[in-house]
Amino acid sequence: MKIVCRCEDITYEEILEAIRSGYTDIESLKRKLNFGMGPCRGRICIPIIVKILARELGKSVEEVGYPSERPPIIPLPLGILANGEDREEKS
Amino acid sequence: MKRRASVVVIGGGISGLSIAYNLAKLGLDDVVVVEKRYLGSGSTGKCGTGIRQQFTTKEHIMLMKESVKLWEKLSEELGRDVGYRQTGYLWLIRDEEELSVFKENVNIQNKYGVPSRIINVEEALEIVPYLNPEVFIAAAFCHKDGKASPFKTVNAYYEAGRRLGVEYYTYTEVRGMVVENGRIRKVITSRGDIETDKVVNVAGAGARKIGEMVGVNIPVENYRHHIVVTEPFQEFVKPMVIRGKLYFTQTERGGIIGGIDMPEKPDQPLRARLDFLEVFATNLVKVMPILKNVNILRQWAGYYVMTKDNHPILGEAEKLEGFYIAAGFSGHGFMMGPIVGKLIAELIMYGKPSVPIDALRLERFERGELIYERAVIG
Ligand SMILES: Cc1cc2nc3c(=O)[nH]c(=O)nc-3n(C[C@H](O)[C@H](O)[C@H](O)COP(=O)(O)OP(=O)(O)OC[C@H]3O[C@@H](n4cnc5c(N)ncnc54)[C@H](O)[C@@H]3O)c2cc1C
Ligand code: FES
Repeated sequence: MKIVCRCEDITYEEILEAIRSGYTDIESLKRKLNFGMGPCRGRICIPIIVKILARELGKSVEEVGYPSERPPIIPLPLGILANGEDREEKS
Repeated sequence: MKRRASVVVIGGGISGLSIAYNLAKLGLDDVVVVEKRYLGSGSTGKCGTGIRQQFTTKEHIMLMKESVKLWEKLSEELGRDVGYRQTGYLWLIRDEEELSVFKENVNIQNKYGVPSRIINVEEALEIVPYLNPEVFIAAAFCHKDGKASPFKTVNAYYEAGRRLGVEYYTYTEVRGMVVENGRIRKVITSRGDIETDKVVNVAGAGARKIGEMVGVNIPVENYRHHIVVTEPFQEFVKPMVIRGKLYFTQTERGGIIGGIDMPEKPDQPLRARLDFLEVFATNLVKVMPILKNVNILRQWAGYYVMTKDNHPILGEAEKLEGFYIAAGFSGHGFMMGPIVGKLIAELIMYGKPSVPIDALRLERFERGELIYERAVIG
């Protein structure tokens, strides 16, 4: 057994199984297995998984692509952001 | 790809997946789902996870009462965990004026059998510790409300449907339809045509366009909404907490998921806004100061597909036989997925659903028979 996503504890076998059962694009594979959602935000695992998927499909890494990035790239504490408008108006 | 199907479902969000699964369960063995990206890629995969019955109209309350019954057994029925948790919805009430409105709402809900109630600040703090007692005077709570995991639900419906013979064509876009003598003949997709005489338009933010392809006007507007998730930590925010336009809860994984309404024009591209993060953080930290050191991990945006009366459009179009619509969920279509799938499948198979949905037909807009809902949040 080989762990590919360390943050979320996802193994190589689980990735292969998911690809073979039909999760053959990076977005749905990501949502099926929940990799890339840990504190490292996928910096460790996503490049590896993209390669595995490309190899399984016989495609290039470019064709498989990376999952869409969602900001903020660097984690920010809520307290630092908390200087916005107070939205108190009534529904 | 199949060239013929008895029903083509356009849209692979929770509504489409639930409808396809229910059609197969009722015995149809050639149902097809066409999805332009991946399953759950629309609003479903962007949503806030909340499931509630605390609504203010009979139509919504009855639908959600039935939907919650299905959610309670959904993991078992589909043979896979959907992450459903009945942890309640806690609505923080800010002042006397709001309190009288919530008292009225609770009366309506109780009348239809929803066990919501008004509780005091101490009781609320027992349900959710660390709330700032300065920012509310009472709360409305329903312990039968809750939440579920959107992607687990999508995958569970997909796998259950597939076992029953449903076929799913992802990365396949519907581009048009052929209608002859008042009947649908085929659906034209980016990967070929599918002959059929029944189509279900569950295309979410694309529903209006699908309607235009067959000359049926679907009056919905797509409003962008923003949402964030934080790093995970030990669970203490079990219910969905709402205060004004702010909502938040903890996901199964332990992160806070939540959002707040921002003024937006319709049809804005799904790009993140930094000012949203600031407004959200300001309001969240005010309601729960202990969260100020928690890191935000991701932010994204999705569409609320709004109708004029904030109720969905459900049913067959009067103008075109075989053209079924389930759209315009106005920000609460995830929670309705199970019941919408059941009722639309029954409508298609038997001509009559087990819960009446006549009041929700498309034609109510032309006839001016709108339904009014006050609580559009979470
Ligand atoms: C930020 C946010 C928070 C929310 N929070 C909640 C909540 O807490 N609880 C709740 O119940 N609801 C919530 N909602 C609303 C909920 O997400 C939606 O109402 C629900 O997901 C609608 O599901 P659907 O299947 O009808 O549509 P969608 O999930 O949008 O699915 C429609 C699908 O159709 C596809 N499609 C469109 N056009 C075409 C075409 N031409 N050909 C092929 N496919 C096409 C799209 O790609 C899409 O996947 C929230 C929404 C947002 C944006
Ligand atoms: S290793 Fe996968 S998210 Fe960090």
